[in-house]
Amino acid sequence: MKLILEQMPVVISALNIGFIQTLKLFFVTLLGAFPLGLIIAFGSMSRFKPLSCVTKLIVWVVRGTPLMIQLLIIYYFPGLILNNPIWGGGETGRFLAASTAFIFNYACYFSEIYRGGIQSVPIGQEEAGLVLGMKKSQIFFKIKLLQMIKRIVPPMSNEIITLVKDTSLSRIIALQEIIWAGQSFLKGSHGISGAIWPLFFTAVYYLIFNGILTLLLGRLEKKLDYFR
Amino acid sequence: MAILEAQNLWKTFGRTAVLKNIDLTLEKGQALSIIGSSGSGKTTLLRCLNFLEQPDKGIIRVNGETLFDAADPSTQSEASIRKKRLHFGLVFQSFNLFPQYTALENVMLAPKLLAAEQPNFKAGKKEIYARIEAQAKELLNQMGLSSRMANYPHQLSGGQCQRVAIARALALHPDILCFDEPTSALDPELTGEVLRVIRELADQNTTMIIVTHEMAFARDVADHVIFMDEGVIVEQGDPEEVFENPREERTKQFLSRYKQG
Ligand SMILES: Nc1ncnc2c1ncn2[C@@H]1O[C@H](COP(=O)(O)OP(=O)(O)O)[C@@H](O)[C@H]1O
Ligand SMILES: [Mg+2]
Repeated sequence: MKLILEQMPVVISALNIGFIQTLKLFFVTLLGAFPLGLIIAFGSMSRFKPLSCVTKLIVWVVRGTPLMIQLLIIYYFPGLILNNPIWGGGETGRFLAASTAFIFNYACYFSEIYRGGIQSVPIGQEEAGLVLGMKKSQIFFKIKLLQMIKRIVPPMSNEIITLVKDTSLSRIIALQEIIWAGQSFLKGSHGISGAIWPLFFTAVYYLIFNGILTLLLGRLEKKLDYFR
Repeated sequence: MAILEAQNLWKTFGRTAVLKNIDLTLEKGQALSIIGSSGSGKTTLLRCLNFLEQPDKGIIRVNGETLFDAADPSTQSEASIRKKRLHFGLVFQSFNLFPQYTALENVMLAPKLLAAEQPNFKAGKKEIYARIEAQAKELLNQMGLSSRMANYPHQLSGGQCQRVAIARALALHPDILCFDEPTSALDPELTGEVLRVIRELADQNTTMIIVTHEMAFARDVADHVIFMDEGVIVEQGDPEEVFENPREERTKQFLSRYKQG
């Protein structure tokens, strides 16, 4: 116990650095996957059959295979198979590869949520707007959008919470996020070696961050509770 | 001159003809009721009049102006249709109120959006909005909803929702107000309050087309009644006549089912 207390300051500062990389991956994924998911959703709902079929196939493949494998393929495939290491070396390259894999994977999940939200608004809402002389854009922004958001927020919250934990998968390509930072004290780092507790301690970071997110997302959900 | 003339309207979905050669005229200030069994094309007819469906053949004229002519593509542009719709109002069976807006906001939304398209809107915005709000309140009062204006649709009964929907349609001053089975989604004890406001509108000479299964109501309120079956107008005329002395066999059969029930 005394030893842990002595190691604490060094470990915390290393974990903080790792956690910043975790957060970066988290926010970059959201920033990319929110719009890309919408584009994929429109693709899969397209009346142009070839487009909707291809989009649905891609979504099916991405949702049906482990994110970890997608990470490995996206990171290693260009360099090892195509002899064209597009990601470059080092931490930047790993981050780019991880972001790409995460954005693509999460966009596919988000697209299904968007699709559900868009299709959950009854056709009668649009027709009522039309009959009242509203433009399509007015119907979308003034009538449908908020109803969609209300349907989307709860499933989206679940995905967002899952994403926080999923970022740890990027450890597989040695991205220096918090798991990597915690693990480094096993092999030896900052003069500490053979310590397993830092790795366990990373859980606290996830827990606190997810606690904050749950609170914020719950508040948003409550805000939209005023109508049905 | 008739306020509404529909000539030779046809509408098919895939291979089934749902409206076949519908001719219809309506005088200003009159109420027309349309009766007929389920699937006879009544809803489709109202949807065609409100440009929610496009007829395959036929002409729709309001106040002598040709709003739609299936043979003339220049009458079918998306942009012009939006304005033409405003000649009609439509009250849906399932209300279709906007759930995120209060009763008052539901009534004010479309008038506000339309006002914003007027050229000198910016200068008079405050007064215009005030006028729209006053009018919306007046309409809700008239619907007996003065204490319900700030409620959201989910806080209202079905009958109250339908009355908000009627006020919402009236707020745009349509030439012709259409009702598609306005009481069919309501519990029996709530139909009365909705029928009462429609009756008041009829008393004020609102031009209306009412699709309904409330036979007594159709008979009392309407100046003219149409019986539809399988996409055609089988019989029409004075309500007394059609209800008391139907000439067509199909009308007799249809009405006798209601008399027993
Ligand atoms: N969008 C549609 N696609 C295919 N068939 C339809 C559609 N709308 C209505 N119909 C068919 O048209 C017929 C008339 O329907 P409708 O106008 O709703 O009759 P009513 O209102 O008199 O009950 C029905 O057989 C119905 O199944
Ligand atoms: Mg119907």
